[in-house]
Amino acid sequence: QDNRISIWSVGDLGNVSLNGEYQGEPQLLCDIRHNGDVMDMQFLDQERIVVASSTGTVTVFRHHQNNQTLSANQRWEKAHYHVDQYTSCGGAACTGVICNNPEIVTVGEDGRINLFKADHKDAVRTIDNADSSTLHAVTFLRATEILTVNSIGQLKIWDLRQQRNEPSQIFSLTGDRVPLHCVDRHPNKQHIVATGGQDGMLSIWDIRQGTMPVSLLNAHEAEMWEVHFHPSNPDHLFTCSEDGSLWHWDTSTDISEKPSFLHQAGNSTTYFSHNTINQSEISAWLSNDPTKDRMEITNLIPNQTLSVNSLDVLGPCLVYGTDAEAIYVNRHLFA
Amino acid sequence: RQLCFAWGPAEVLVCETLFGRKGGFPSRDEGGPGRALLPGTLTGCVAGTEDGRPSSSRLFVVRKDQDIYIQTLRKLFNESHGIFIGLQRSEEELVEKSRKAHLVQVSKNYRSVIRACMEDMHQAAMAARDPALQSQYSTQVSILSAMELIWNLCEILFVEAAAAGPLLLRLLDWVRLHICDVDNMVREVLSSENPSKHELFWNVVDVFVLQGRMDEARHLLSKEASANPTSVNMYKILDELMKKMPVPSLSNTQTLTEMELKWQHWHEECQRYLQDGTFASNSHMESICKILLGDEDAILEKKELMTTWYHFLVTRLLYSHPTVKPMELRFYAQACMDLFLGGESSPESLDTILMAAFEFEMHQVIKECSIALSNWWFVAHLTDLLDHCKLLQSHNLYFGSNMREFLLLEYASGLFSHHSLWQLGVDYFDHCPEYGRVYLELHIERIPLNTEQKALKVLRICEQRQMHEQVRSICKIMAMKALRNNRLGSALSWSIRAKDAAFATLISDRFLKDYCERGCFSDLDLIDNLGPSMLLSDRLTFLGKYREFHRLYGEKRFSEAAKLLLMLMTAHIAPCSFWMTLLTDALPLLEQKEVIFSAEQTYELMRCLEDLTAGKTDKQKFQDDDDETMKVEMLRLALARNLARVIVKEGTLEGS
Repeated sequence: QDNRISIWSVGDLGNVSLNGEYQGEPQLLCDIRHNGDVMDMQFLDQERIVVASSTGTVTVFRHHQNNQTLSANQRWEKAHYHVDQYTSCGGAACTGVICNNPEIVTVGEDGRINLFKADHKDAVRTIDNADSSTLHAVTFLRATEILTVNSIGQLKIWDLRQQRNEPSQIFSLTGDRVPLHCVDRHPNKQHIVATGGQDGMLSIWDIRQGTMPVSLLNAHEAEMWEVHFHPSNPDHLFTCSEDGSLWHWDTSTDISEKPSFLHQAGNSTTYFSHNTINQSEISAWLSNDPTKDRMEITNLIPNQTLSVNSLDVLGPCLVYGTDAEAIYVNRHLFA
Repeated sequence: RQLCFAWGPAEVLVCETLFGRKGGFPSRDEGGPGRALLPGTLTGCVAGTEDGRPSSSRLFVVRKDQDIYIQTLRKLFNESHGIFIGLQRSEEELVEKSRKAHLVQVSKNYRSVIRACMEDMHQAAMAARDPALQSQYSTQVSILSAMELIWNLCEILFVEAAAAGPLLLRLLDWVRLHICDVDNMVREVLSSENPSKHELFWNVVDVFVLQGRMDEARHLLSKEASANPTSVNMYKILDELMKKMPVPSLSNTQTLTEMELKWQHWHEECQRYLQDGTFASNSHMESICKILLGDEDAILEKKELMTTWYHFLVTRLLYSHPTVKPMELRFYAQACMDLFLGGESSPESLDTILMAAFEFEMHQVIKECSIALSNWWFVAHLTDLLDHCKLLQSHNLYFGSNMREFLLLEYASGLFSHHSLWQLGVDYFDHCPEYGRVYLELHIERIPLNTEQKALKVLRICEQRQMHEQVRSICKIMAMKALRNNRLGSALSWSIRAKDAAFATLISDRFLKDYCERGCFSDLDLIDNLGPSMLLSDRLTFLGKYREFHRLYGEKRFSEAAKLLLMLMTAHIAPCSFWMTLLTDALPLLEQKEVIFSAEQTYELMRCLEDLTAGKTDKQKFQDDDDETMKVEMLRLALARNLARVIVKEGTLEGS
């Protein structure tokens, strides 16, 4: 197998055509071999990228912009592995990585959570057997707290300051314990969390209250691989799935229907009605009923064939990759 | 000498055996370069294991579809997959009128993918530093180029089915696109300061005339005319002739008969000028005029500029039979090839393929291509397209499926030997009505599942196609792996996906065993949160409920705990082997200061105990150690005491 980490440049930086529409094909700047499948990756800072491998190794690559090369900067071998080397059946993949410079948190199929610090050889902290099932994704809730999702439909909060190896809170889905594959937190409102499940369902959670999701939205027809709030426009959410579609969820409609808002807020009503509320504080995400003209959902892929495995969004740019070995870039997301 | 072999999922292992012979044996080396195009290439050899003998035995790995692993061809496979799927899906929506146009567009899409791949391959060849790699890439470029050539011709003759008139124009385009050997020469002359003085000037003019590029030829000639005033008159006449030459039109502005008439007139005019000796003083111009008249010898003289017999064919047709009908092509084609090759060289495989196409022998084309090319990509996609054009209906192969299906099955099977491209193969199998499903069922179970994500993708494919056997089998494999790695939660998650009650029971037993050994539960986060999945198997339900009992006890909700405990036994949720443990768990509840179990419940408990002990034979009772007997005794005592207390309590009037 020949897996590579590649850096591409998109569009001519100095050359804007008349209507600004035409974009050249992405150009490959540099690449480097990677051992095992790339399960997840994230930028640590401007130059460094942390990559999670199916072999259980976590690698930090550095992108040298002056001569456009990539080099492996640091590596944590066997960050994820199954306990007994002799009876273990194959390696454990590292399934998710999240960075908050200089801290790096990784999770894997071995149910282990690792906390690394860039440039430190050993893990700062390891929680063995944090979960009896596979941890599929991790994200930061606050600087010292992380959220994980696993394959028995649980969302857990871990406080890294505490020494005990127990989650501080466990949330689960109602009904069937469908595995959860991805998680993301609202950029501004830290209590709003979105997760995607194996049945393609999008769940929105309010982690201040209750142990069950606030809303369940029937979305895709197969596993939802990634969910992302737009970092600067958090009224927009993006999800991609094994069924080959990529959905753009838009709740930025006019919130002028004030009275109806409170009626529909389901179990949030009891909480909110006790406070004087500034309308702009309530997020549309916590409303229980997306069908009441509140949310616009569009599939961004016209001819879907194979799975969309990953996406990322920043500013007006959306990039996603499919199993048809193609990368798509959309630079005018809100045009 | 004997061969033994073993089939693998994608490869065959072959080795020589030396039955009854001692000593070494020269090994057969890899097929030489000339055999690179065969489907079953010996791809490499692995030194055989030592068995103590001095002979060196070698093990060969024979893998077909080696091309699947060429990095630069992946784009071809991926993009063509998209086009293929689009074609199958659009089949339902196609209206008769726009059908042909749509199919031609699909054909063009395929060709542009081939060209894009060629471009990438070319870049790779130039960038490669290893000469072996470079030559491999260059070979690939020429193979792709030949593929595009053949496809283009098939598009003109079969998909578009160009009629007389437009047929010639298409063939001219075809030739212009593919004869690139002369491009350098053309560029050189055009970019020189004084083209007409260039030594290759007349060659380039000839090239233009041979390819029917009249405007360009006239443009160059005008330069000659201005440089050479003496030949101005000749030039004017020739220019006029070239300008007036009638060509078939794509639109309906003139009928074929009209065009033929015009052409006849023009032809006669050229003839007159030639016979008058107008061009006698300039041999170049004279030869051009002869070419315009379709003079075979004159055209053949320019063999070097045409480089191929099919160029010769198209030129001849242009200047002698511009309104050629498709069915007449075969006669001209054969004649031209014979003339061009002239008995010096024999036709190569490309030539036979093209000839078969000119003869409208589609099956022959496909057969020859299958033999000549090293993978099934080309024939599979081309045949599928031709099938959509409804041109391949008649032939059915002996084992039930038709040629299209056979080729698609072969191609897709090849894809399945690749660790990542197998996903494309799935869609191809979907569109093979007869055997696609069976092939898919067999192949999909053999994909190596090294990560959970890959397993999930495979599972999704199986579920979407209702392949329940495969779902169960894959989930069992993953669950077993998880179990061996002590990932009980993962194992449970896989059994839930497959709705595999037996495996869920296995996992629960494992949990219970752990509990019995350690006295506490592992993975509480899992057991406490089973939810509805608890109902998957009785044992799992028991596990969940048992844990709940412990929780209730921990929260000091004794009467609820008691009720639950009893229910576990009476409703037969608990396995018999566990009853002793449950009864022992009841002990502390019986010993509580407050009476917890009611009389009814106590009787039930006693009954359970009796059922348990009655089941044992005398011999077993004898083998029971002291602990066991003491436990039973203690239980009996506790139950009796509880009964006493509760009878009194229940008999007493409540109140005041």
